Amino acid sequence: MHSQDQQLIFEMSQPGRIGYSLPELDVPETDLSELLPDEYIRKEEPELPEVSELDIMRHYTALSKRNHGVDSGFYPLGSCTMKYNPKMNENVARFNGFAHIHPLQDESTVQGAMELMYDLQQHLIEITGMDEVTLQPAAGAHGEWTGLMMIRAFHEANGDNNRVKVIVPDSAHGTNPASATVAGFETVTVKSNESGLVDLEDLRRVVGEDTAALMLTNPNTLGLFEENILEMAEIVHNAGGKLYYDGANLNAVLSKARPGDMGFDVVHLNLHKTFTGPHGGGGPGSGPVGVKSDLIPYLPKPIVAKRDGEFVFDYDRPQSIGRVKPFYGNFGINVRAYTYIRTMGPDGLKAVTEYAVLNANYMMRRLSEFYDLPFDRHCKHEFVLSGKRQKKLGVRTLDIAKRLLDFGYHPPTIYFPLNVEECIMIEPTETESKETLDDFIDAMIQIAKEAEENPEVVQEAPHTTVVSRLDETLAARKPVLRYQKI
Amino acid sequence: MNVPKELKYSKEHEWVKTEGKNVRIGITDFAQTELGDIVFVELPEVGDEITANEPFGSVESVKTVSELYAPISGKVVEINEELSDSPEFVNESPYEKAWMIIVEPANSGEMDNLMTADLYEKMLNED
Repeated sequence: MHSQDQQLIFEMSQPGRIGYSLPELDVPETDLSELLPDEYIRKEEPELPEVSELDIMRHYTALSKRNHGVDSGFYPLGSCTMKYNPKMNENVARFNGFAHIHPLQDESTVQGAMELMYDLQQHLIEITGMDEVTLQPAAGAHGEWTGLMMIRAFHEANGDNNRVKVIVPDSAHGTNPASATVAGFETVTVKSNESGLVDLEDLRRVVGEDTAALMLTNPNTLGLFEENILEMAEIVHNAGGKLYYDGANLNAVLSKARPGDMGFDVVHLNLHKTFTGPHGGGGPGSGPVGVKSDLIPYLPKPIVAKRDGEFVFDYDRPQSIGRVKPFYGNFGINVRAYTYIRTMGPDGLKAVTEYAVLNANYMMRRLSEFYDLPFDRHCKHEFVLSGKRQKKLGVRTLDIAKRLLDFGYHPPTIYFPLNVEECIMIEPTETESKETLDDFIDAMIQIAKEAEENPEVVQEAPHTTVVSRLDETLAARKPVLRYQKI
Repeated sequence: MNVPKELKYSKEHEWVKTEGKNVRIGITDFAQTELGDIVFVELPEVGDEITANEPFGSVESVKTVSELYAPISGKVVEINEELSDSPEFVNESPYEKAWMIIVEPANSGEMDNLMTADLYEKMLNED
């Protein structure tokens, strides 16, 4: 028996019930058949749900209460940087001069918005240690693709047409090999060593005249800083390749270390992660890309430039890879990121990194007594545990994640990175208090004990959610993707 | 763990069965247990050449996507078309209904690089 708030809105429909009223027509009425050819005029009424305004409010309010977001609870989803998004960002993004302008307006009428874009480019240049930035890419993976297309254009402009391979570590974000493939490259995997870092010997083995680039995130997905980054950069550069920085993990090095100083040639940033654009509910994201000077000619056009005190869109870029997004990127998210950078300031951004790293290390040390810690060294902004010990008791990492739902938490990332068995990847971020971290740790400790004493409780979790364990296998094998009236 | 004696095994958890001049290939019971419920199997096409230790396809489970590594080199002469509609065969029947490809080996000597059932079982116990 479904309670009313579990029904679909279509199932609540009652013939003739109405939840809207339209204003009186204030323009001359015209027969539709005079405006459109007959084949484009629908003959049947659309089957929209017929519900009252109150029905609609209750329905969507009930659904919204089932959401989990950073504003409702702890969300330690590793590699996703689910930090608090300051509400001041939202206020600023709603300023008339930002929210109510049109991308086709004359440049002279939107100088303030363009100044923000220009300043944001300058801030991101400083933060990353690069020479120029485009704000166009819509999100991280789009930034990766944009960066790789620039690297491709660079090699081609040098007559270097055999650089067809992109190297990615076995711990890389899945988007890296995917972006490389979409950009027309072959991917080659470089192994990690027993310390969880890129194996330099293996890197030397795989680089060559066919290397276009190495894609890397630093710290890597295990939350470990690639200490040999300068040597890695030398190996790749000596082979004629470029170094690509996946900015997904920038929260760990902000104002402490810069990808540009580590030898990276291209960087993408996830403004919706490190720089507090809202995310996790579909975005939109924003994935600006920074490059060193030799790649500047290939940046997407236009970029915002400053000439004689005026801000202009610079289209005069003959070697550009072209436009990668309509207009100028996800401007509203860029406004939020700009607001965040300006309200935090350099010292504030440094504190972000320090607290993000402190929180992660605190949790890692407290939990390492109860879960296997595959790499026992200081981590950066996140860390990975292995559920191997619990697996021997018949409790898998998936079960642990499901059990956390009973405690009101969004589970950590699981089964990633792929090179750690029964992986649990936790990123607390800097915005959580010690009390929140302790509560979560206590829940994890309780689950570890349950795995030993009463494994069924974990294996059959969750118990307190609206629906219990879903049949994910059936959902993947026989997906039902849309509502159909029977 | 079911490890049939008559089959040969690779380090990447594929089994190989000799059938006249051809070999039949699939993944082991251990592999399907580790992967969990399989939801999609991607196989090469008939006529494709596969190379030992290189990927020839992939299996997707609820939790991950894993590449399938060719235990030997050769030409694909037949694929199990049923797996596209019934990926659950991999979990239910890894050695029978979920055979993946039949290959005409390029070099019969490569069979010697594979493990016997006893050796494969020993490897599993060491992990």
